[in-house]
Order: sequence, then structure tokens, then C-alpha cells
Amino acid sequence: MDKQLYTILIYSENVVGILNLVTAVFTRLQVNIESLNVSPSGIPNVHKYTVTIFSDDEQQVKKLVKQIEKKVDVIKADYYLDSEIFTSEVALFKISTPIVMAHPEISRLIRHTDSRMLEVNETYISVHVCSSSKIIIELYKALARFKCILQYTRSGCVAITRGKEEKVSAFLKEHQNAQLRFMEEGINNDEA
Amino acid sequence: MESLKAQGVQTIFGYPGGSIMPVYDALYDYTRGEKKAFDHILVRHEQGAIHAAQGFARVSGAVGTVIVTSGPGVANTLTGVADAMIDSTPVVVIAGQVGVGVLGSDAFQELDLITVAQPICKWVYQIRRPEDIPWAVSKAYYLAKSGRPGPVVLDFPKNAQVSKCDYMPSTVNFVRSYIASPLPKDDAMREAAALLNSAQKPLALVGQGVELGGAQEELKTFLEKADIPAGRTMLGLSALPSNHPLNVGMLGMHGNLAPNLKQQEADVVIAIGMRFSDRVTGNLNTYLKQAKVIHLDIDNAEIDKNVKTDVAIVADCKEALPMLTALVHKADHKAWRDSFAPLNEREQSRVIEKAIHPQSGPLLMGEVVNAVAEATQGMGVTVTDVGQNQLFATRYSRYHTPRSIITSGGLGTMGYGLPAAIGATFAEKERPVCVFLGDGGLQMVIQELGTIMEYHCPVKIVLMNNNFLGNVRQWQNMFFQKRYAFTHMLNPDYAQICAGYGIAYERVTDRNDLPAAVERMLAAKGAYFLETVIMEEDDVMPMTPPGASVNDMMLEKEANNG
Repeated sequence: MDKQLYTILIYSENVVGILNLVTAVFTRLQVNIESLNVSPSGIPNVHKYTVTIFSDDEQQVKKLVKQIEKKVDVIKADYYLDSEIFTSEVALFKISTPIVMAHPEISRLIRHTDSRMLEVNETYISVHVCSSSKIIIELYKALARFKCILQYTRSGCVAITRGKEEKVSAFLKEHQNAQLRFMEEGINNDEA
Repeated sequence: MESLKAQGVQTIFGYPGGSIMPVYDALYDYTRGEKKAFDHILVRHEQGAIHAAQGFARVSGAVGTVIVTSGPGVANTLTGVADAMIDSTPVVVIAGQVGVGVLGSDAFQELDLITVAQPICKWVYQIRRPEDIPWAVSKAYYLAKSGRPGPVVLDFPKNAQVSKCDYMPSTVNFVRSYIASPLPKDDAMREAAALLNSAQKPLALVGQGVELGGAQEELKTFLEKADIPAGRTMLGLSALPSNHPLNVGMLGMHGNLAPNLKQQEADVVIAIGMRFSDRVTGNLNTYLKQAKVIHLDIDNAEIDKNVKTDVAIVADCKEALPMLTALVHKADHKAWRDSFAPLNEREQSRVIEKAIHPQSGPLLMGEVVNAVAEATQGMGVTVTDVGQNQLFATRYSRYHTPRSIITSGGLGTMGYGLPAAIGATFAEKERPVCVFLGDGGLQMVIQELGTIMEYHCPVKIVLMNNNFLGNVRQWQNMFFQKRYAFTHMLNPDYAQICAGYGIAYERVTDRNDLPAAVERMLAAKGAYFLETVIMEEDDVMPMTPPGASVNDMMLEKEANNG
């Protein structure tokens, strides 16, 4: 069976050492991380991780996500297929100007993607590409054939979910409400 | 100190050292005179402290507390932390740490505790400021005991120990990223009840979750109404009394024949507070393939981890079992229940009788355990080490009261038994605490006899001495062509050792002397060391060979009698 790309979205408290804790689960379950991005989320003090992996075993991915979510400081972890999310990725290329000058098709390849030049001089051209992982990888392979790449880096994928439901906000709200109810019941019982 | 008091801590197992000295200085006042709030038990090695805290927690249900120093001090507790994690035991380890200013400089006795402890504990936190102490301590105890219990480690740099601030009490009973007890979902409950109501051959697999949830009565009511026989895991042995008519024995590699084989005939299996350990399931490719599986557990990560579940109920069994009881029909599965008997009889005649009532030859572990069980009438607390001693002790002890088995299940930690029994005596004042040890496990922690001496812990130590690391020897015998690589072991003279520690000692070699010796041990006021001289090469049977299907459980060596 072919390997499928899964994108795992994790929301955690912003506490010391949490990245270690999350990545240790991948290590233990022998899952290779393709890309990893961590940044503050739209919820105060909550960080969001976008992790992509290839796997041919959805049960294993489920297990992985459950074990991540089990960590006390992790709020929510879920996995998605490409059809369920919007993704984007940034790549930076530093390519050799003389080679580009000698092969005009390189320029066409770059212009074909969502890209812009950052700097051009007689030695190199730096290019910023914002696209899907797939297109960036294809561009890299195409450019590599010309042996023009001096430096190359990718940001790792970031993703937001499709759909009208905001799972994390809903989870936090529901959990907090349940706690308030619980505390009120406690107070009422004490009074009784 | 005030934060620990607020958590109801009374007993602390610990060992002082450089980085925790300010805490110990405060402890000086809080363990005597007007301010006295705690008893501090000075163990002889930090591993002893954590296992004692585990034993304390397992028998009482309260959180065990450990205080140790940084570096080697806390490193010595880590085996126990990992053990408490896999066996869901609530403990809090408070460890000294070098000051924040020198963290990361390879300072004396510095250990990167956060990174080391993270994967083996439920939560680890570094308290860098004194004003965080009340909050962090309260959160530590809340996390250790709530939900699926586990170990929590507090890394306490020295500067935060000596800085001063006003004590502002703090109570944590809510963590927004953590759901302690998920509510049972109605549809899952209904589906589970429908499966159980349609079952002809239902079987329950009961684990320690029932004990941790304090749901022993709820379990009984549920099983009795739906008339479901129940096998228990090793850690769940006292979740259902041994003499309950629906108890059909112990699951697992060396458990009883009937529940191991009959689970492969059951049409509906309900697993309650257990995690389908590989020691229970054997080869997963052949396990429970015929059955609909209902899994009730508080930990969502256990669902579908090893065994694919048809209905999952993620909830506290104390809450979920009564709801399920209300939904299931009163049933009578007499024919199914009766079908366990022939297997029980086969095991009784071919294994048990020979193990507990041998007619000749040297003493056997089974008969020693049985003699203690006869004398305590199943009202004692059984503590075990790991190995053959554990398997015989768990098989042949009886459990008539909850929380009466303390053993290292998941991690299989040799050296666990003696300190765990010490800890248990601080929580259990009524029932006798009997620990069954092999000569290997005893010698891993023999220094804790000093703790017993100093605090007069009434531990009943039953050493089953066969001059071998018995379980490894058994495997070498069965699977490594009897090549006994480093499993034979020379033993010291325990009479002299006990004399040195001032512990009453008796040695038994003749089975006719055994019952009276056990009586003397139980009647003695304090600690007692009963050395039983055991046949060197006895095997614990039945056995499901490693990697084999539970269908292939063997009653005798070298023959498949399943």
C-alpha cells in the first residue's frame, strides 16, 4: 500500500519542554517527521504545531495522535488528509545567476510558481516561493537538474482546517463549562 | 511544607543531599514539636524511597511522596518513576536541583531532569520561583491522583528553595488541557449494553482500573446482574474477591488455564480498567478474534492500542459501571459458567496440587505461598518482587479485601518488593503485609533492611531462596537449551545479616515445619524474615510461551496440553 501524507495539528500550552515531549512520541512509535512547524495560535498562550508524516497505516497514525493528546499540556491533537485542510509552505532558493543566464527555461520554471525575486546580482538570485509542498518539491527537482541551486530551504507545512467547526476553541469552551458546572454542583452540595 | 500539608501528606520517603538541604532544613521543624506535620522515613537508597512510596500509594489509594536531592539522588528514583507510570501509581517526587543561575553549566550534581523524566512520568515541572510552589505542588498532586493516576516529578532549583515569599494557598482542580474523567457517552453505553444483552458467552477482563477507581462494589453488582464470569489481570487480582463465584481466575502468561482459554470462546468480552498488556494477550493475531470487544477505560490512548475495540467507553469505571448495570438485563449464563469447570479441574490436578501439596522433595514456592495464604485467610496484603516468586505469589495468594496485591506488573522491576512492602506498612496498620521475594530481587535492595530496623516496619519477609534467578533460568531451560548463563547465584548467610539488622529470622527446609513457622512469623510483633529453602530448578506453570497464542498455554513443560 502506498504511503499517504497525513498532517497532524496539535495545540498545546506554551510550557517549557513541550516540543520534546511531542516529538518523543514520534520517536517511540518509529514515525519519521517530514516537516514540523510551531508557532503561536490564535488562542492566547496556546501554541500550534503542524506536523506532516507519511504513513501506510492509519491505525498507527490514530495511536500516535492519541498518545500525543494524552500528554497533560497538550490540549488537542488530530490528523487530517489534504482534502480536509488548506496548507501552505514557503521555500527559499539561492540559485546561480550565470547558470540561469545560460538556461532561460529556469526562469520560466520559477515564474510558473507563486514566487518572487528577493535579490538579484551577478553571482546569485534569491527566490521566495509560496506554494504547496508538492509544487515546491517539483520545482526543486526541476532546478536541481540544472545544478543551479546554491542554497535551498523549506519552512515546513502550515495548515488550517476546512469546515465550520473550530475543534480546539469548542473543546476549551466545553471543558471549561463542564468544570464550572462541576464546581457549582460542589458548592451547592456543600451548602446542602 | 505548608503546600505539602495542604495536600494531606503525612508520610514522606526520602534521602537528603546537597541540592535539597533547604527543604530538609524546613523538614526538621515539620517533623517534630509543635509544627509536626509529617513522618519522614529515611530509606537507604533513593530507589527504596520511590518503591516505598509506590507501595504506600497502592495499598492506601493516596499519593505517595518522595523527596530526594538532584543528580544521582533523583536518577536513582527513575526506575520507580517509570514503574509507577506503566502501573498507574500516584506518586510525587520532589527533587532538588542546582540553582537556576548555574543550570546548563554542568554544575555539581546537575541532571537535566525535565528531559530525562518527561517520557516516563505524567507531568514534570521545574519550580523556578518560590511563589510558584503552592500552585505547582497542588497541580502535581491533582495530576498524580486524578484520571489515570501516575507519577509526577517536581524539579526544584535551590534558589527557589531559599528565596522567601508569603505563602499563598493554591488549589488546582482544573487543568484546561486535561480531562481527568471523561463522561461516559450514552450511545456507547447503549451499544455496550445491547452487545452484553445479546451475549451467550460473555466474559469480563478486570484490571487495576477497578481498584484505582474504587469501583469494586460497582463491579460486583454489574457482574452479578448480567451473570458475567470475570478473569482478573495480575494488578487487578483484588478488584474482585478470590472466592466470588464469578471470579474465574488470573489472566496472563502464567495465569489460570480456564480464563486464558475461555476468552477465546467468548462471544462478547468486556475489558474493564485493563490495558491488554502483551503478557495478557499473547500473540495479538490470534487474540479475541471471535469476540465483540467492549473496552471501558479512563485513558483514551488505551482504546484500540493493542486490541481493536467494537465499543469503547472512555470513562471512570466508578461512574460507568452503575450506568451499564442499569442498562443490562438480568441474565443467567449457567451453562457457560459451568463450562469453565473442566479446565479448572485439569489445572487443579495437573499443576496446582503438585505445586501446593507436594508429597516429597525439597520445598516449593507454591506451597510456601499457599501456607501463608492459609494462615492469613486471604486477609493480608500480598507484596511481591519480580520473577518466579511473583508468579507463584500472585497465583496462590488469596484476595478477599480490595487493594491487597502490590506487584510490579508493567515494568517488571526486580528490587521492587522489599521497599514497596516497607511503604505499605506505613499505610496499612490492620492487615499483615507479607512480601514474597526471590534471592535475586532481595539482594538488589537488601540495604532497605536498615529502614525496617530503624522504623520497626512490621514487614513479613518470605524469602523463597532457590540460589537462582529462577524465571530467567526457567526460560533458559525451556528456550535456550538449558544454557544457564549467569543465573546461578551464591547467597550470603541471611541469619547473620538479619542478626546484624536485629530482625527476627527463621529458616525452613522441611515442609512439616512450614505452617508453624508461618504462624510464628504472623504472630511476631514486628518484622520477620522467613527464609524458605526452595527446590533449585522448579518451574512456574502453566505458561503461554513468549510470542505464542493464548490458545497454546502449556500445563506442563515440553508438551502442548491446551
